[in-house]
Amino acid sequence: MPTRSRPWPAPSGSVVPLVEVSGLSVRYRVPRERVASFKEFAIRWLKRRVAYQDLWALRSVDLTVGPGEILGVVGRNGAGKSTLLKVLARVLHPTEGRVVVRGSIAPLLELGAGFHAELTGRENVYLYGALLGYDKRDLDARFAAIVDFAELWDFIDAPLRVYSSGMISRLGFAVATCDYADLYLIDEVLAVGDAAYQEKCRQRLITYRDQGASSVVVSHDPGSLTQVCDRLVWLDEGREMRTGPVGDVLEAYAARTLPLSSITRAASAAA
Amino acid sequence: MTVIDTAPAGNRRYYDSAERAAPWLEELSGLMRYRFLIRQLVARSIKTRYKRSVLGVAWTMVSPLLTMLVLTLVFSQIFRFQAADYALHVLSGLVLWNFFAQSTVGAMNDLMWSGGLIGRIYLPKSSFAVAAVGTGLVNLGLALVPLGLIALALGQPLNPVWWAVPLVIALSAAFALGVGLLVSSLSVYFQDVAPTYEVLLTAWLYLTPVIYPVSLLPPGLAAWLKLNPMHAHVELFRDVVLRGVVPSAELVVMGLVSAAGALALGWWAFTRKARDYAYQV
Repeated sequence: MPTRSRPWPAPSGSVVPLVEVSGLSVRYRVPRERVASFKEFAIRWLKRRVAYQDLWALRSVDLTVGPGEILGVVGRNGAGKSTLLKVLARVLHPTEGRVVVRGSIAPLLELGAGFHAELTGRENVYLYGALLGYDKRDLDARFAAIVDFAELWDFIDAPLRVYSSGMISRLGFAVATCDYADLYLIDEVLAVGDAAYQEKCRQRLITYRDQGASSVVVSHDPGSLTQVCDRLVWLDEGREMRTGPVGDVLEAYAARTLPLSSITRAASAAA
Repeated sequence: MTVIDTAPAGNRRYYDSAERAAPWLEELSGLMRYRFLIRQLVARSIKTRYKRSVLGVAWTMVSPLLTMLVLTLVFSQIFRFQAADYALHVLSGLVLWNFFAQSTVGAMNDLMWSGGLIGRIYLPKSSFAVAAVGTGLVNLGLALVPLGLIALALGQPLNPVWWAVPLVIALSAAFALGVGLLVSSLSVYFQDVAPTYEVLLTAWLYLTPVIYPVSLLPPGLAAWLKLNPMHAHVELFRDVVLRGVVPSAELVVMGLVSAAGALALGWWAFTRKARDYAYQV
Protein backbone atom coordinates (compact mmCIF):
# COMPACT_ATOMS: atom_id res chain seq x y z
CA MET A 1 0.00 0.00 0.00
CA PRO A 2 1.48 3.40 -0.95
CA THR A 3 2.21 5.66 1.95
CA ARG A 4 2.21 8.83 -0.12
CA SER A 5 -0.65 9.34 -2.47
CA ARG A 6 -0.81 11.03 -5.80
CA PRO A 7 -3.81 13.14 -6.72
CA TRP A 8 -6.59 11.04 -8.09
CA PRO A 9 -6.65 11.35 -11.89
CA ALA A 10 -9.91 13.01 -12.84
CA PRO A 11 -11.73 11.43 -15.78
CA SER A 12 -11.07 13.74 -18.71
CA GLY A 13 -13.88 15.87 -20.05
CA SER A 14 -16.37 14.99 -17.33
CA VAL A 15 -17.53 16.21 -13.99
CA VAL A 16 -15.23 15.29 -11.11
CA PRO A 17 -17.05 12.59 -9.12
CA LEU A 18 -17.84 13.32 -5.51
CA VAL A 19 -17.14 9.74 -4.49
CA GLU A 20 -14.69 7.40 -6.13
CA VAL A 21 -14.38 3.84 -4.91
CA SER A 22 -11.94 1.57 -6.67
CA GLY A 23 -11.02 -2.02 -6.02
CA LEU A 24 -12.61 -1.78 -2.58
CA SER A 25 -12.37 -4.92 -0.49
CA VAL A 26 -13.21 -5.26 3.17
CA ARG A 27 -12.17 -8.30 5.13
CA TYR A 28 -13.33 -9.27 8.57
CA ARG A 29 -10.99 -11.68 10.25
CA VAL A 30 -13.00 -14.03 12.35
CA PRO A 31 -11.05 -16.39 14.57
CA ARG A 32 -12.13 -19.92 13.73
CA GLU A 33 -12.52 -20.63 17.40
CA ARG A 34 -13.16 -17.64 19.55
CA VAL A 35 -9.83 -16.69 21.09
CA ALA A 36 -10.97 -14.06 23.51
CA SER A 37 -8.40 -14.34 26.21
CA PHE A 38 -4.81 -13.33 26.12
CA LYS A 39 -3.68 -16.56 27.74
CA GLU A 40 -5.30 -18.66 25.05
CA PHE A 41 -3.91 -16.40 22.36
CA ALA A 42 -0.39 -16.66 23.77
CA ILE A 43 -0.57 -20.44 23.88
CA ARG A 44 -1.89 -20.69 20.36
CA TRP A 45 0.49 -18.13 19.02
CA LEU A 46 3.39 -20.10 20.43
CA LYS A 47 2.02 -23.14 18.70
CA ARG A 48 1.43 -21.05 15.55
CA ARG A 49 -2.14 -22.05 15.55
CA VAL A 50 -4.21 -18.91 15.51
CA ALA A 51 -6.52 -19.82 12.68
CA TYR A 52 -8.53 -17.04 11.14
CA GLN A 53 -11.38 -17.32 8.80
CA ASP A 54 -11.41 -14.55 6.24
CA LEU A 55 -14.81 -13.11 5.66
CA TRP A 56 -14.89 -10.77 2.71
CA ALA A 57 -17.76 -8.35 3.20
CA LEU A 58 -16.86 -6.50 0.02
CA ARG A 59 -14.77 -7.71 -2.88
CA SER A 60 -13.29 -5.46 -5.57
CA VAL A 61 -16.08 -2.94 -5.71
CA ASP A 62 -15.75 0.01 -8.08
CA LEU A 63 -18.21 2.83 -8.12
CA THR A 64 -18.57 6.55 -8.41
CA VAL A 65 -21.15 9.03 -7.25
CA GLY A 66 -21.40 12.30 -9.12
CA PRO A 67 -22.30 15.64 -7.60
CA GLY A 68 -26.04 15.75 -6.95
CA GLU A 69 -26.50 12.08 -7.79
CA ILE A 70 -28.48 9.61 -5.70
CA LEU A 71 -27.04 6.13 -5.82
CA GLY A 72 -29.12 3.25 -4.50
CA VAL A 73 -27.60 0.05 -3.20
CA VAL A 74 -29.68 -3.13 -3.27
CA GLY A 75 -28.89 -6.63 -2.17
CA ARG A 76 -29.90 -9.35 0.22
CA ASN A 77 -28.91 -9.56 3.87
CA GLY A 78 -25.15 -9.86 4.21
CA ALA A 79 -24.53 -8.50 0.72
CA GLY A 80 -22.20 -5.83 2.10
CA LYS A 81 -24.53 -2.85 1.86
CA SER A 82 -24.00 -1.62 5.40
CA THR A 83 -20.29 -2.30 5.17
CA LEU A 84 -20.13 -0.10 2.09
CA LEU A 85 -21.84 2.73 3.97
CA LYS A 86 -19.48 2.28 6.92
CA VAL A 87 -16.46 2.50 4.65
CA LEU A 88 -17.80 5.69 3.06
CA ALA A 89 -18.47 7.05 6.56
CA ARG A 90 -14.83 6.32 7.50
CA VAL A 91 -15.84 3.94 10.27
CA LEU A 92 -14.11 1.03 8.57
CA HIS A 93 -10.84 1.46 6.76
CA PRO A 94 -10.60 -0.44 3.45
CA THR A 95 -8.63 -3.67 3.58
CA GLU A 96 -7.79 -3.17 -0.08
CA GLY A 97 -8.55 -0.52 -2.62
CA ARG A 98 -9.18 3.15 -2.26
CA VAL A 99 -12.00 5.47 -1.32
CA VAL A 100 -12.01 9.17 -2.07
CA VAL A 101 -14.78 11.51 -0.98
CA ARG A 102 -14.39 15.09 -2.14
CA GLY A 103 -16.77 16.74 0.26
CA SER A 104 -18.41 16.67 3.66
CA ILE A 105 -20.22 13.56 4.82
CA ALA A 106 -23.40 13.24 6.89
CA PRO A 107 -23.91 9.66 8.05
CA LEU A 108 -27.53 8.71 8.73
CA LEU A 109 -26.78 5.09 9.50
CA GLU A 110 -26.83 4.87 13.26
CA LEU A 111 -29.08 7.74 14.19
CA GLY A 112 -28.48 8.77 17.75
CA ALA A 113 -25.41 6.59 18.27
CA GLY A 114 -23.96 7.95 21.47
CA PHE A 115 -27.19 9.30 22.91
CA HIS A 116 -27.21 8.89 26.68
CA ALA A 117 -30.47 8.06 28.45
CA GLU A 118 -29.66 10.02 31.60
CA LEU A 119 -28.82 13.25 29.79
CA THR A 120 -31.45 15.75 28.69
CA GLY A 121 -32.43 16.23 25.07
CA ARG A 122 -30.48 19.48 25.04
CA GLU A 123 -27.32 17.83 26.39
CA ASN A 124 -27.69 15.00 23.92
CA VAL A 125 -27.92 17.42 20.99
CA TYR A 126 -24.50 18.76 21.94
CA LEU A 127 -23.01 15.34 22.65
CA TYR A 128 -24.25 13.78 19.40
CA GLY A 129 -23.33 16.91 17.47
CA ALA A 130 -19.79 16.72 18.87
CA LEU A 131 -19.60 13.05 17.86
CA LEU A 132 -20.53 14.06 14.32
CA GLY A 133 -17.67 16.55 14.29
CA TYR A 134 -19.48 19.81 14.98
CA ASP A 135 -18.05 22.28 17.45
CA LYS A 136 -19.82 24.40 20.01
CA ARG A 137 -20.29 27.41 17.75
CA ASP A 138 -21.84 25.29 14.98
CA LEU A 139 -24.28 23.76 17.44
CA ASP A 140 -25.19 26.98 19.23
CA ALA A 141 -26.09 28.47 15.87
CA ARG A 142 -28.20 25.48 14.85
CA PHE A 143 -29.74 24.48 18.16
CA ALA A 144 -33.08 26.22 17.70
CA ALA A 145 -33.49 24.85 14.18
CA ILE A 146 -32.68 21.34 15.39
CA VAL A 147 -35.33 21.41 18.13
CA ASP A 148 -37.82 23.03 15.74
CA PHE A 149 -37.34 20.26 13.23
CA ALA A 150 -37.53 17.52 15.86
CA GLU A 151 -40.68 19.20 17.29
CA LEU A 152 -39.39 18.59 20.79
CA TRP A 153 -39.40 21.98 22.54
CA ASP A 154 -41.67 20.60 25.29
CA PHE A 155 -39.25 17.82 26.18
CA ILE A 156 -35.87 19.31 25.41
CA ASP A 157 -34.85 19.62 29.07
CA ALA A 158 -36.21 16.21 30.09
CA PRO A 159 -33.86 13.22 30.27
CA LEU A 160 -33.82 11.09 27.17
CA ARG A 161 -35.05 8.05 29.07
CA VAL A 162 -38.56 9.52 29.14
CA TYR A 163 -38.58 9.94 25.34
CA SER A 164 -40.42 7.51 23.10
CA SER A 165 -38.35 5.73 20.48
CA GLY A 166 -39.96 7.92 17.84
CA MET A 167 -38.89 11.06 19.67
CA ILE A 168 -35.35 9.78 20.00
CA SER A 169 -35.05 9.03 16.30
CA ARG A 170 -36.54 12.43 15.43
CA LEU A 171 -33.90 14.12 17.56
CA GLY A 172 -31.17 11.97 16.01
CA PHE A 173 -32.31 12.77 12.48
CA ALA A 174 -32.63 16.47 13.26
CA VAL A 175 -29.05 16.67 14.53
CA ALA A 176 -27.58 14.48 11.79
CA THR A 177 -29.24 16.54 9.06
CA CYS A 178 -28.94 19.95 10.72
CA ASP A 179 -26.73 21.08 7.92
CA TYR A 180 -26.08 20.71 4.23
CA ALA A 181 -23.51 18.03 3.50
CA ASP A 182 -22.12 17.02 0.13
CA LEU A 183 -22.88 13.37 0.76
CA TYR A 184 -25.65 11.77 2.80
CA LEU A 185 -25.29 8.12 3.71
CA ILE A 186 -28.74 6.71 4.30
CA ASP A 187 -29.80 3.35 5.66
CA GLU A 188 -33.44 2.97 4.71
CA VAL A 189 -34.07 0.49 7.50
CA LEU A 190 -34.16 3.44 9.82
CA ALA A 191 -37.63 4.85 9.55
CA VAL A 192 -38.01 8.02 11.55
CA GLY A 193 -41.30 8.55 13.37
CA ASP A 194 -44.74 8.18 11.82
CA ALA A 195 -45.66 8.47 8.15
CA ALA A 196 -46.15 12.22 8.29
CA TYR A 197 -42.82 12.74 9.95
CA GLN A 198 -41.09 10.44 7.47
CA GLU A 199 -42.45 12.65 4.71
CA LYS A 200 -40.98 15.68 6.48
CA CYS A 201 -37.57 13.96 6.62
CA ARG A 202 -37.79 13.05 2.96
CA GLN A 203 -38.63 16.66 2.09
CA ARG A 204 -35.57 17.87 3.95
CA LEU A 205 -33.31 15.50 2.04
CA ILE A 206 -34.92 16.51 -1.25
CA THR A 207 -34.21 20.15 -0.40
CA TYR A 208 -30.56 19.30 0.16
CA ARG A 209 -30.52 17.30 -3.09
CA ASP A 210 -31.84 20.33 -4.93
CA GLN A 211 -28.97 22.30 -3.45
CA GLY A 212 -26.54 19.82 -5.00
CA ALA A 213 -26.07 17.14 -2.34
CA SER A 214 -25.46 13.52 -3.29
CA SER A 215 -26.69 10.46 -1.44
CA VAL A 216 -25.97 6.79 -1.18
CA VAL A 217 -29.12 4.97 -0.10
CA VAL A 218 -29.18 1.38 1.06
CA SER A 219 -32.37 -0.66 1.11
CA HIS A 220 -33.79 -4.15 1.29
CA ASP A 221 -36.83 -2.97 -0.53
CA PRO A 222 -35.89 -2.14 -4.11
CA GLY A 223 -39.37 -0.78 -4.72
CA SER A 224 -38.71 2.20 -2.47
CA LEU A 225 -35.61 3.08 -4.47
CA THR A 226 -37.19 3.40 -7.89
CA GLN A 227 -38.56 6.86 -7.25
CA VAL A 228 -35.56 8.51 -5.69
CA CYS A 229 -32.46 6.97 -7.22
CA ASP A 230 -30.61 8.00 -10.34
CA ARG A 231 -28.65 4.77 -10.52
CA LEU A 232 -28.48 1.47 -8.68
CA VAL A 233 -25.73 -0.87 -7.56
CA TRP A 234 -26.62 -4.49 -6.85
CA LEU A 235 -24.35 -6.21 -4.38
CA ASP A 236 -24.35 -9.92 -3.65
CA GLU A 237 -22.04 -11.52 -1.12
CA GLY A 238 -19.74 -8.53 -1.34
CA ARG A 239 -19.47 -8.55 -5.11
CA GLU A 240 -20.80 -5.96 -7.45
CA MET A 241 -23.30 -7.80 -9.64
CA ARG A 242 -24.54 -4.94 -11.71
CA THR A 243 -24.47 -1.17 -11.81
CA GLY A 244 -26.54 1.11 -13.98
CA PRO A 245 -29.97 2.58 -14.66
CA VAL A 246 -32.59 1.73 -12.04
CA GLY A 247 -34.81 -0.36 -14.34
CA ASP A 248 -31.98 -2.54 -15.71
CA VAL A 249 -30.50 -3.32 -12.33
CA LEU A 250 -33.85 -4.09 -10.75
CA GLU A 251 -34.73 -6.41 -13.59
CA ALA A 252 -31.49 -8.33 -13.21
CA TYR A 253 -31.88 -8.40 -9.47
CA ALA A 254 -35.46 -9.65 -9.74
CA ALA A 255 -34.47 -12.35 -12.19
CA ARG A 256 -31.91 -13.65 -9.74
CA THR A 257 -33.91 -13.39 -6.56
CA LEU A 258 -37.32 -14.62 -7.79
CA PRO A 259 -39.89 -15.23 -6.55
CA LEU A 260 -40.00 -11.86 -4.88
CA SER A 261 -43.03 -10.42 -6.55
CA SER A 262 -42.64 -6.93 -5.10
CA ILE A 263 -39.32 -6.57 -6.86
CA THR A 264 -40.72 -7.76 -10.14
CA ARG A 265 -43.52 -5.27 -9.84
CA ALA A 266 -41.10 -2.50 -9.04
CA ALA A 267 -38.93 -3.44 -11.98
CA SER A 268 -41.80 -3.43 -14.41
CA ALA A 269 -43.04 -0.16 -12.98
CA ALA A 270 -39.64 1.39 -13.50
CA ALA A 271 -39.16 -0.05 -16.97
CA MET B 1 -16.76 22.25 -12.31
CA THR B 2 -15.22 22.60 -8.90
CA VAL B 3 -15.95 20.60 -5.83
CA ILE B 4 -18.91 21.92 -3.88
CA ASP B 5 -17.67 23.18 -0.58
CA THR B 6 -20.28 24.97 1.44
CA ALA B 7 -20.62 22.84 4.53
CA PRO B 8 -19.50 24.61 7.68
CA ALA B 9 -19.49 21.32 9.58
CA GLY B 10 -16.48 20.47 11.68
CA ASN B 11 -15.85 17.26 9.77
CA ARG B 12 -13.33 17.04 7.01
CA ARG B 13 -14.23 17.96 3.47
CA TYR B 14 -11.84 15.61 1.79
CA TYR B 15 -11.27 11.99 2.56
CA ASP B 16 -8.82 9.74 0.80
CA SER B 17 -8.34 6.35 2.38
CA ALA B 18 -4.93 5.99 0.74
CA GLU B 19 -3.68 9.23 2.24
CA ARG B 20 -1.69 8.16 5.20
CA ALA B 21 0.29 10.32 7.54
CA ALA B 22 2.23 8.59 10.29
CA PRO B 23 -0.41 7.00 12.55
CA TRP B 24 0.69 8.87 15.65
CA LEU B 25 0.48 12.17 13.82
CA GLU B 26 -2.84 11.40 12.14
CA GLU B 27 -4.42 10.57 15.50
CA LEU B 28 -3.05 13.76 17.02
CA SER B 29 -4.50 15.96 14.30
CA GLY B 30 -7.84 14.13 14.57
CA LEU B 31 -7.84 14.77 18.28
CA MET B 32 -7.25 18.48 17.72
CA ARG B 33 -10.22 18.68 15.35
CA TYR B 34 -12.45 16.93 17.88
CA ARG B 35 -11.55 19.10 20.87
CA PHE B 36 -15.20 19.89 21.50
CA LEU B 37 -16.03 16.18 21.59
CA ILE B 38 -13.52 15.66 24.39
CA ARG B 39 -15.18 18.39 26.44
CA GLN B 40 -18.55 16.77 25.77
CA LEU B 41 -17.30 13.33 26.80
CA VAL B 42 -15.89 14.71 30.05
CA ALA B 43 -19.17 16.52 30.73
CA ARG B 44 -21.08 13.34 29.95
CA SER B 45 -19.19 11.18 32.42
CA ILE B 46 -19.34 13.78 35.19
CA LYS B 47 -23.03 14.50 34.70
CA THR B 48 -24.17 10.92 34.28
CA ARG B 49 -22.19 9.75 37.28
CA TYR B 50 -24.14 11.97 39.61
CA LYS B 51 -27.46 12.43 37.82
CA ARG B 52 -29.47 10.22 40.09
CA SER B 53 -27.62 10.60 43.37
CA VAL B 54 -28.76 12.84 46.19
CA LEU B 55 -25.28 13.94 47.20
CA GLY B 56 -24.29 14.57 43.60
CA VAL B 57 -20.78 15.82 43.05
CA ALA B 58 -20.17 15.70 46.80
CA TRP B 59 -19.60 11.96 46.42
CA THR B 60 -16.25 12.64 44.81
CA MET B 61 -15.24 14.43 47.96
CA VAL B 62 -16.90 12.18 50.49
CA SER B 63 -15.74 8.78 49.26
CA PRO B 64 -11.97 9.24 49.85
CA LEU B 65 -12.84 10.79 53.21
CA LEU B 66 -14.74 7.71 54.28
CA THR B 67 -11.90 5.44 53.16
CA MET B 68 -9.47 7.62 55.04
CA LEU B 69 -11.61 7.47 58.18
CA VAL B 70 -11.80 3.68 58.11
CA LEU B 71 -8.10 3.22 57.42
CA THR B 72 -7.10 5.72 60.08
CA LEU B 73 -9.28 4.07 62.69
CA VAL B 74 -7.89 0.65 61.84
CA PHE B 75 -4.23 1.44 61.28
CA SER B 76 -3.75 3.92 64.11
CA GLN B 77 -4.92 1.14 66.42
CA ILE B 78 -2.92 -1.70 64.88
CA PHE B 79 0.32 0.03 64.03
CA ARG B 80 0.11 2.86 66.56
CA PHE B 81 0.62 5.46 63.83
CA GLN B 82 0.20 9.03 64.87
CA ALA B 83 -3.40 9.47 63.75
CA ALA B 84 -3.35 13.01 62.33
CA ASP B 85 -0.21 12.50 60.25
CA TYR B 86 -1.44 9.17 59.06
CA ALA B 87 -4.87 10.51 58.04
CA LEU B 88 -3.31 13.12 55.79
CA HIS B 89 -0.80 10.64 54.41
CA VAL B 90 -3.60 8.23 53.44
CA LEU B 91 -5.92 10.87 52.08
CA SER B 92 -3.30 12.54 49.89
CA GLY B 93 -2.10 9.17 48.63
CA LEU B 94 -5.60 7.95 47.86
CA VAL B 95 -6.57 11.13 46.05
CA LEU B 96 -3.72 10.71 43.60
CA TRP B 97 -4.08 6.94 43.36
CA ASN B 98 -7.81 7.19 42.62
CA PHE B 99 -7.06 9.68 39.91
CA PHE B 100 -4.66 7.24 38.28
CA ALA B 101 -6.88 4.19 38.70
CA GLN B 102 -10.07 5.89 37.51
CA SER B 103 -8.38 7.46 34.50
CA THR B 104 -6.78 4.27 33.24
CA VAL B 105 -9.76 2.01 33.87
CA GLY B 106 -12.07 4.66 32.41
CA ALA B 107 -9.95 4.94 29.26
CA MET B 108 -10.24 1.21 28.69
CA ASN B 109 -13.92 0.83 29.50
CA ASP B 110 -15.06 3.87 27.51
CA LEU B 111 -13.31 2.71 24.37
CA MET B 112 -14.90 -0.73 24.46
CA TRP B 113 -18.26 -0.22 26.07
CA SER B 114 -19.40 3.22 25.06
CA GLY B 115 -22.24 1.56 23.19
CA GLY B 116 -19.76 0.26 20.61
CA LEU B 117 -19.50 3.81 19.33
CA ILE B 118 -16.31 3.27 17.37
CA GLY B 119 -18.04 0.65 15.22
CA ARG B 120 -20.87 2.99 14.38
CA ILE B 121 -19.46 6.44 13.90
CA TYR B 122 -16.11 7.92 12.89
CA LEU B 123 -14.14 9.62 15.63
CA PRO B 124 -10.53 9.73 16.81
CA LYS B 125 -10.24 6.65 19.00
CA SER B 126 -7.93 8.29 21.53
CA SER B 127 -10.73 10.72 22.46
CA PHE B 128 -11.93 8.26 25.07
CA ALA B 129 -8.61 7.96 26.86
CA VAL B 130 -8.04 11.72 26.79
CA ALA B 131 -11.57 12.32 28.07
CA ALA B 132 -11.10 9.73 30.83
CA VAL B 133 -8.00 11.55 32.05
CA GLY B 134 -9.89 14.85 31.76
CA THR B 135 -12.69 13.43 33.89
CA GLY B 136 -10.09 12.19 36.38
CA LEU B 137 -8.59 15.69 36.55
CA VAL B 138 -11.95 17.25 37.34
CA ASN B 139 -12.50 14.73 40.11
CA LEU B 140 -8.96 15.27 41.40
CA GLY B 141 -9.61 19.00 41.58
CA LEU B 142 -12.78 18.36 43.58
CA ALA B 143 -10.99 15.96 45.90
CA LEU B 144 -8.42 18.62 46.78
CA VAL B 145 -11.17 20.49 48.66
CA PRO B 146 -11.71 17.89 51.41
CA LEU B 147 -7.95 17.36 51.58
CA GLY B 148 -7.50 21.04 52.44
CA LEU B 149 -10.40 21.00 54.90
CA ILE B 150 -9.13 17.92 56.73
CA ALA B 151 -5.66 19.40 56.96
CA LEU B 152 -7.16 22.55 58.49
CA ALA B 153 -9.31 20.54 60.88
CA LEU B 154 -6.33 18.52 62.05
CA GLY B 155 -4.36 21.67 62.72
CA GLN B 156 -1.87 21.03 59.93
CA PRO B 157 -2.87 23.52 57.26
CA LEU B 158 -1.59 22.64 53.81
CA ASN B 159 1.34 24.69 52.71
CA PRO B 160 1.53 23.81 49.05
CA VAL B 161 4.26 24.85 46.66
CA TRP B 162 1.65 26.45 44.41
CA TRP B 163 3.65 26.81 41.26
CA ALA B 164 4.65 23.15 41.34
CA VAL B 165 1.16 21.68 41.90
CA PRO B 166 -0.03 21.93 38.28
CA LEU B 167 3.32 20.61 37.04
CA VAL B 168 3.19 17.57 39.29
CA ILE B 169 -0.43 16.88 38.37
CA ALA B 170 0.45 17.25 34.68
CA LEU B 171 3.16 14.61 35.07
CA SER B 172 0.71 12.21 36.72
CA ALA B 173 -1.86 12.91 34.01
CA ALA B 174 0.67 12.16 31.26
CA PHE B 175 1.62 8.92 32.99
CA ALA B 176 -2.05 7.94 33.41
CA LEU B 177 -2.80 8.75 29.76
CA GLY B 178 0.12 6.63 28.60
CA VAL B 179 -0.88 3.65 30.73
CA GLY B 180 -4.56 4.14 29.81
CA LEU B 181 -3.77 4.09 26.08
CA LEU B 182 -1.60 1.02 26.48
CA VAL B 183 -4.21 -1.02 28.33
CA SER B 184 -7.00 0.18 26.01
CA SER B 185 -5.14 -0.93 22.90
CA LEU B 186 -4.65 -4.36 24.47
CA SER B 187 -8.24 -4.61 25.66
CA VAL B 188 -9.51 -4.10 22.10
CA TYR B 189 -8.00 -7.43 21.16
CA PHE B 190 -8.35 -9.41 24.38
CA GLN B 191 -11.39 -9.41 26.57
CA ASP B 192 -9.53 -10.50 29.67
CA VAL B 193 -7.25 -7.48 29.77
CA ALA B 194 -9.80 -5.37 31.66
CA PRO B 195 -10.33 -7.74 34.63
CA THR B 196 -6.62 -8.61 34.70
CA TYR B 197 -5.68 -4.97 34.84
CA GLU B 198 -8.04 -4.31 37.73
CA VAL B 199 -6.41 -7.12 39.73
CA LEU B 200 -2.97 -5.78 38.86
CA LEU B 201 -4.07 -2.33 40.00
CA THR B 202 -4.96 -3.67 43.44
CA ALA B 203 -1.58 -5.39 43.72
CA TRP B 204 0.11 -2.22 42.52
CA LEU B 205 -1.72 -0.19 45.16
CA TYR B 206 -0.32 -2.41 47.90
CA LEU B 207 3.18 -2.25 46.40
CA THR B 208 3.03 1.54 46.62
CA PRO B 209 3.14 3.33 49.98
CA VAL B 210 -0.33 4.82 49.63
CA ILE B 211 -2.11 3.47 52.69
CA TYR B 212 1.02 2.72 54.69
CA PRO B 213 4.08 4.90 55.31
CA VAL B 214 7.38 4.20 53.55
CA SER B 215 8.97 3.77 56.96
CA LEU B 216 6.96 0.59 57.45
CA LEU B 217 8.90 -1.17 54.70
CA PRO B 218 12.08 -3.09 55.55
CA PRO B 219 15.10 -1.34 53.98
CA GLY B 220 15.59 -4.15 51.47
CA LEU B 221 12.14 -3.65 50.02
CA ALA B 222 12.27 0.13 50.19
CA ALA B 223 15.14 0.14 47.69
CA TRP B 224 12.83 -1.44 45.10
CA LEU B 225 10.45 1.49 45.35
CA LYS B 226 12.72 3.43 43.03
CA LEU B 227 11.48 1.19 40.24
CA ASN B 228 7.83 1.91 40.96
CA PRO B 229 6.77 4.97 38.96
CA MET B 230 3.56 5.38 40.97
CA HIS B 231 5.66 5.78 44.11
CA ALA B 232 7.39 8.75 42.49
CA HIS B 233 4.08 10.30 41.40
CA VAL B 234 2.46 9.86 44.82
CA GLU B 235 5.50 11.26 46.62
CA LEU B 236 5.78 14.19 44.21
CA PHE B 237 2.15 14.98 44.93
CA ARG B 238 2.64 14.74 48.71
CA ASP B 239 5.76 16.90 48.56
CA VAL B 240 4.15 19.80 46.77
CA VAL B 241 0.64 19.59 48.21
CA LEU B 242 1.06 18.21 51.70
CA ARG B 243 4.59 18.87 52.88
CA GLY B 244 5.14 22.07 50.97
CA VAL B 245 8.66 21.20 49.87
CA VAL B 246 10.27 21.22 46.46
CA PRO B 247 10.73 17.55 45.52
CA SER B 248 14.17 15.97 45.26
CA ALA B 249 15.83 15.81 41.86
CA GLU B 250 15.66 12.03 41.97
CA LEU B 251 11.86 12.07 42.31
CA VAL B 252 11.46 14.68 39.61
CA VAL B 253 13.59 12.68 37.17
CA MET B 254 11.66 9.50 37.95
CA GLY B 255 8.35 11.31 37.46
CA LEU B 256 9.47 12.90 34.20
CA VAL B 257 10.98 9.77 32.72
CA SER B 258 8.01 7.56 33.62
CA ALA B 259 5.49 10.11 32.30
CA ALA B 260 7.33 10.67 29.02
CA GLY B 261 8.09 6.98 28.59
CA ALA B 262 4.53 5.81 29.29
CA LEU B 263 3.02 8.49 27.06
CA ALA B 264 5.35 7.74 24.15
CA LEU B 265 4.89 4.00 24.43
CA GLY B 266 1.11 4.24 24.96
CA TRP B 267 0.59 6.66 22.10
CA TRP B 268 2.68 4.57 19.74
CA ALA B 269 1.01 1.28 20.68
CA PHE B 270 -2.48 2.76 20.56
CA THR B 271 -2.26 4.68 17.31
CA ARG B 272 -0.40 1.96 15.41
CA LYS B 273 -3.60 -0.07 15.03
CA ALA B 274 -6.18 2.63 15.77
CA ARG B 275 -7.87 2.47 12.37
CA ASP B 276 -8.51 -1.26 12.75
CA TYR B 277 -10.26 -1.01 16.12
CA ALA B 278 -13.68 -0.64 14.51
CA TYR B 279 -13.27 -4.17 13.13
CA GLN B 280 -12.88 -5.56 16.64
CA VAL B 281 -16.00 -4.29 18.36
